[in-house]
Amino acid sequence: MATTASRRNYQLPFTIRIEPRLNVPGWLGPAVSLGAIVVALLLGAIVLSLVGGNPWAAYAHIARAAFGDLGVFSDTLVKATPLIFVGLACSLAFRMKLWNIGAEGQFYAGALGASAVVLIPIVPPEAPGWVTLPVMTIAGLVCGALWGFIPGWLKARLKVNEIITTLMLNYIIVALTNFFVFAVWSEGGFQMSKTFQKAAWLPRLADFAKQVPLFRGLTTHAGLILAVIAAVVVWYILYRSRWGYEIRLIGDNPKAAEYAGINIVRNTVLVMMTSGALAGLAGMSEIAGVVHRLQTSISPGYGFTGIIIAWLAKLNPLVVIFVSILFGGLILAGREIQPAGVPRLIQGIILFMLIASDVLMRYRVRIARNADAGVEE
Amino acid sequence: MTQNAVEMRGIVKRFPGVLANDHVDFDLREGEIHALLGENGAGKSTLMSVLAGLYKPEAGVIAVRGETVHFNSPRHAIARGIGMIHQHFTLIPSQTVTENILLGLDEPRFFMRLSEYDKRMTGLGERFGLKIAPQAKVWQLSVGEQQRVEILKMLYRGVQVLIMDEPTAVLAPQEIEGLIKTLRAMAAEGKSIVFISHKLNEVMAVADRITVLRHGKVTAVGLRTAETSKAELAKLMVGRTVLFDLDKKQQEPGEVVLTLDNVCAENDKGLPALRNVSLTVRAGEIVGVAGVAGNGQRELADVITGLRRATAGRVLVNGEEVANRPTLLAIQKGVAHIPEDRTHVGTAPNLSITDNLIMKSYRQPPLARGLSLDSLAARKKAETLKDEYAILAPSVGTSVRLLSGGNLQRVILARELSGQPQLLIAMQPTRGLDVGAIEGVQRLLLAQREAGAAILLSSEELEEIFALSDRIVVMYEGEIVGEVAGADYDAETIGLMMTGGKRQGIGN
Repeated sequence: MATTASRRNYQLPFTIRIEPRLNVPGWLGPAVSLGAIVVALLLGAIVLSLVGGNPWAAYAHIARAAFGDLGVFSDTLVKATPLIFVGLACSLAFRMKLWNIGAEGQFYAGALGASAVVLIPIVPPEAPGWVTLPVMTIAGLVCGALWGFIPGWLKARLKVNEIITTLMLNYIIVALTNFFVFAVWSEGGFQMSKTFQKAAWLPRLADFAKQVPLFRGLTTHAGLILAVIAAVVVWYILYRSRWGYEIRLIGDNPKAAEYAGINIVRNTVLVMMTSGALAGLAGMSEIAGVVHRLQTSISPGYGFTGIIIAWLAKLNPLVVIFVSILFGGLILAGREIQPAGVPRLIQGIILFMLIASDVLMRYRVRIARNADAGVEE
Repeated sequence: MTQNAVEMRGIVKRFPGVLANDHVDFDLREGEIHALLGENGAGKSTLMSVLAGLYKPEAGVIAVRGETVHFNSPRHAIARGIGMIHQHFTLIPSQTVTENILLGLDEPRFFMRLSEYDKRMTGLGERFGLKIAPQAKVWQLSVGEQQRVEILKMLYRGVQVLIMDEPTAVLAPQEIEGLIKTLRAMAAEGKSIVFISHKLNEVMAVADRITVLRHGKVTAVGLRTAETSKAELAKLMVGRTVLFDLDKKQQEPGEVVLTLDNVCAENDKGLPALRNVSLTVRAGEIVGVAGVAGNGQRELADVITGLRRATAGRVLVNGEEVANRPTLLAIQKGVAHIPEDRTHVGTAPNLSITDNLIMKSYRQPPLARGLSLDSLAARKKAETLKDEYAILAPSVGTSVRLLSGGNLQRVILARELSGQPQLLIAMQPTRGLDVGAIEGVQRLLLAQREAGAAILLSSEELEEIFALSDRIVVMYEGEIVGEVAGADYDAETIGLMMTGGKRQGIGN
């Protein structure tokens, strides 16, 4: 007893207790997320002023450069398009606690597949867009799914850790893409293929400038529509379909899922393939909507950003759309301020804060005065 | 007169919702092997964890060699010469025996000179009949050898009191003999050993004295082994509880629903858990499975429901083989399963009550509409069941991890019973529930019986099995060692069979 008494002397006049929350009110989620972003921006501001910048000017500039006018907003949406796809890919897999960190590789697989349609060519160059583009879409989807199938099958059948396999497959597909870019489809020795024929370009807003003058120069392409449709479909799968129910059940408690008669092996493979297909679509839409050729480094790490986006959206497919737009803006505006460094740092701080804030969703922090704390059991 | 190595007086230890130790007294003499006997959940391990400094008791006094002590951690307890070996070993697989034993000690310091310590370990082992290879890596050792390393670890730390939590559970018969020799050698050197067990044979063979716990209370303190009998111990251990007046209707059982024919299966560690189990359950009949936990009951339920492979034998539900087939088949054949482990098997903790209630019925209409799930119909069904089974929760959207044990069990019961099962596998359906809830569950089971379901009931409460069952089979170490029919059950006989002391009435 003597030890506890002497320890009391060092105590603060209050104790901080962390208790599990029994009820999570609906407003809490958005409120906590918003609070976390505010705290993150404040921390970012401190960093910015430490390196000698004016944080408020910097933030204002970011906002202007990303959302300031129709032109830059359109560019933001272009950046957001692949992010939506990969964010969905990660959200779906993470719901089942399948840690697919290979969206980057599946993105490349999709891009490679879509390019192959034009470059082999599978579809003759003179074919119209309504033939070429659907074939490219399917090719991107199938190749991404294949790149998801490999780790999915290994995980389901042989219990190989999917984190390792998906990560390693990223390097393989990047190298494979480079092989095709340098050796097979290189144009005049450059590290890129020839430019695709127009029929293989996803239509852009600018293409309709004649009808709608407002669209002049806007680069937003049809991939965005595809991405939003994909988000709705994934939302429907997760929240309204029997399959989604199974995915959520397996994700929360595989043993209970097994007990409910759900085939975990089949679902592991299927979810990894679907996840891969979504990331593959990102690759296809980037190739056909923005780059219009196959080249090296078509992705500045979209697949990995997808992991962050999925978490920030709390794995909700519809929220993924908005988080992707936010991140698209940050990427775009980041280049305006500084090629690397500070914008990335702010991204990192936001992510860190949001993930840390999750604790507040599950626990409440109570500050009790010691007089009260003394009577606790 | 030998001195008491340890005295515990009035120990109270509470866990959320459970009184694990209720004013428990315990004495341990020097140089004795003292068995702590009781069913699973009786509070044996808790009491000893208190002694070993792992838990702090809410009330009570502990004295070591006459001196009152307060342990804040196992380290303090070991400093006072008290060490505990848990069921799950705390060894590092990639390190050698010697390294594991030295881990956490102040010595050796920077230079290891391991070869010297290797010699010391061998010497220490020889003194107590513990054969070990000090340079072997722990992952290369059998479970029995790993246990020897744990014992050496304690001996090397100079413990005078060694607590072993169910040490024989993981051992092969020859290894058990070796262990008993070692314990005897230690006792001969004046060390005291506490031997936690629920197996009567073993306790009778090893212990000098026996203390029996039941539901957190002592039912017998320090009985001398020579002056007691298995029958007396069984009675003390299993005891009697007050029962409600359940009105169980006389009815003739119908067709055979479940047939097990020489079924064998393994437990999670790959050891035999079911040995040639044969039994039948008829429609409108409750067959009780009596047995101390861990004697194959869980594996039995798993094999019938398709969650575990049968290594031999056949399981027929209404004439169709379900063993080694997908779990879904058993579900479709109308097999309902109230699992032993509610939180890890029976429910998905972060999903809502609704989601947990539809786990077995989401595949059929009205919940299923093509590939979609009608969330409105699911919610309606959940709300109906919530009222019908009196599940107390703010709404059907509440995560089930926030529910109390009784409410969680109601969720499971609502799900499993609402499907009008042909066969119900009820594992420990009332464990941990309060008195009123227990009665409710028992009435639900009887209602299912009247509705014509075949029910296989496993419970640690013998009285419950007596009250509900039309027939009782007794399981011991994966075998059916007895079968008793009729209403006149004899607790002592069944208690003896449960603890391996007797076999009876197994025909064919």
